[in-house]
Amino acid sequence: MVESFLSYGFLQRALAAGIFIALACAILGVFLILRRDAMFAHGLAHVTFAGVALGLFLNMMPLAMALLIAILAALGILTLKKKAGLYGDTAIGIFSSVGMAAGILLASLARSFNVDLFSYLFGEILAIETSEVLLSIGLVIVVLLIVIVYYRKFLYLTFDSESAKASGIKAYRFDILLSVLTAVTIVLGMKVVGLLLVAALVVIPAAAALQVSASFRKALILSSLVAVVSVVFGLFLAFYLDLPASATIVLLCFFFFLLFYAVKRIKKVS
Amino acid sequence: MDSTADEDKILISVKNIHFRYEYTPVLIDVSFTIHSGDFLAIIGPNGSGKTTLLKIILRLLKPSLGKVRIMGKPAEEFEDWPAIGYVPQKATHVDPLFPVSVKEVVAMGLFSSKRISLPVNRKEESAAVQNALCQVGLSSFRNRRIGKLSAGQQQRVFIARAIVNRPRILFLDEPTTGVDAETQERFYDMLDQLNKKEGITIALITHDIGIINKHVTKVACLNQKLVYHGTHEDFCRSEAFKEMLTAGHHLISHRH
Repeated sequence: MVESFLSYGFLQRALAAGIFIALACAILGVFLILRRDAMFAHGLAHVTFAGVALGLFLNMMPLAMALLIAILAALGILTLKKKAGLYGDTAIGIFSSVGMAAGILLASLARSFNVDLFSYLFGEILAIETSEVLLSIGLVIVVLLIVIVYYRKFLYLTFDSESAKASGIKAYRFDILLSVLTAVTIVLGMKVVGLLLVAALVVIPAAAALQVSASFRKALILSSLVAVVSVVFGLFLAFYLDLPASATIVLLCFFFFLLFYAVKRIKKVS
Repeated sequence: MDSTADEDKILISVKNIHFRYEYTPVLIDVSFTIHSGDFLAIIGPNGSGKTTLLKIILRLLKPSLGKVRIMGKPAEEFEDWPAIGYVPQKATHVDPLFPVSVKEVVAMGLFSSKRISLPVNRKEESAAVQNALCQVGLSSFRNRRIGKLSAGQQQRVFIARAIVNRPRILFLDEPTTGVDAETQERFYDMLDQLNKKEGITIALITHDIGIINKHVTKVACLNQKLVYHGTHEDFCRSEAFKEMLTAGHHLISHRH
């Protein structure tokens, strides 16, 4: 059964891209949740909708356009927080609403691309092309390398930003870096589960891991495992049961969240 | 020659510092120095500008006017951050759900000033963490989740993080807030050890004037302006001290 599952080229591509993207989502998710920035991923996904719509409207590489708009939005949210003194969720709320509005406007102006737009909204991992797989893997490797190289500084800033700044860490630079990495990851995740569900791939595996992890390193490992296992089994179930892959992957993530939550409760009682 | 030697011993020099939040003045023309080996208490009533002054020294805030020099260099040019340890005010308010172990917290201090944060020598890193934890008496807690420790133990972990680089000066902002009196006494004894045995200069903000008699060597008393700066013996005889006691400022006096 597994052998025949892996014999399909489109499934091999989906698995390769899915596993790498899930890793990036899961690792960044732990940092975002602990920084109380979980909605950042959700907001960026909405803005990415405008990027995709603009790309389709102008007939200019929707993925690249989405990447550009998502990065600009991430920097915009950061700037609004810092310069205008807005709360993080307010800045995210403004950008996500404006992004959705712009996307809807562009979609209604040119109705011919609505079918394409739907594939970005709901994910199309089983139709992913080899070039997209290579681009995704390349970008995810860059994201993961940056996180590994600056792991301690990200951790210090996440845990205690004031002390981190007092110890000489340039906090704003790392905020920019983390925001850009999140934007890139959200755009890549869009290919796996779609814009409507990509925030789930960032938030739920990390939230599940945080239920039971005693150290930060363990939380990162467990979050990655939950995301990767959900993608692999999600694709497997979607293929054999003829289910939508994106929804199956996200619901599997939620299953792990419930499982780890139950484990935590049982540990607490005993 | 004496004055040169004295200048060499100056670790922190604060000159004519003014600071205002919008239109409210917080610090007015504050000048003082911290010398190598000092155990300095910065005291004053709520809203007197103690934490603001500390944040200016650490470059977390920019003064409206005035200059800070750190170890002889203008603060904006200072780069030797491992030489400074800092324990913030909120150190005893750790998010209990944050999944970070004691050794992970202490190791944070090791890499903050390095360009990349990969552990190059795990053995050295582990030894430095263990040594810092030994100094605060928590070596057996290294694998515990910090959120599960008591407030006093958490405070010690933050001290370990602040001294893991063997700093020349350690700043603490109200380190015993939320810690019971007995633990406070052990805590100040530990700071004494760091000051006298390890030679770490200590500057701490506190409401607890009871520690002045037993532990500190110098006092800086703030009330927007610098009301007093000098030895603890002179401070206890000063008008500033009497005023602080009689004015009903929010100060605590424990028997130490």
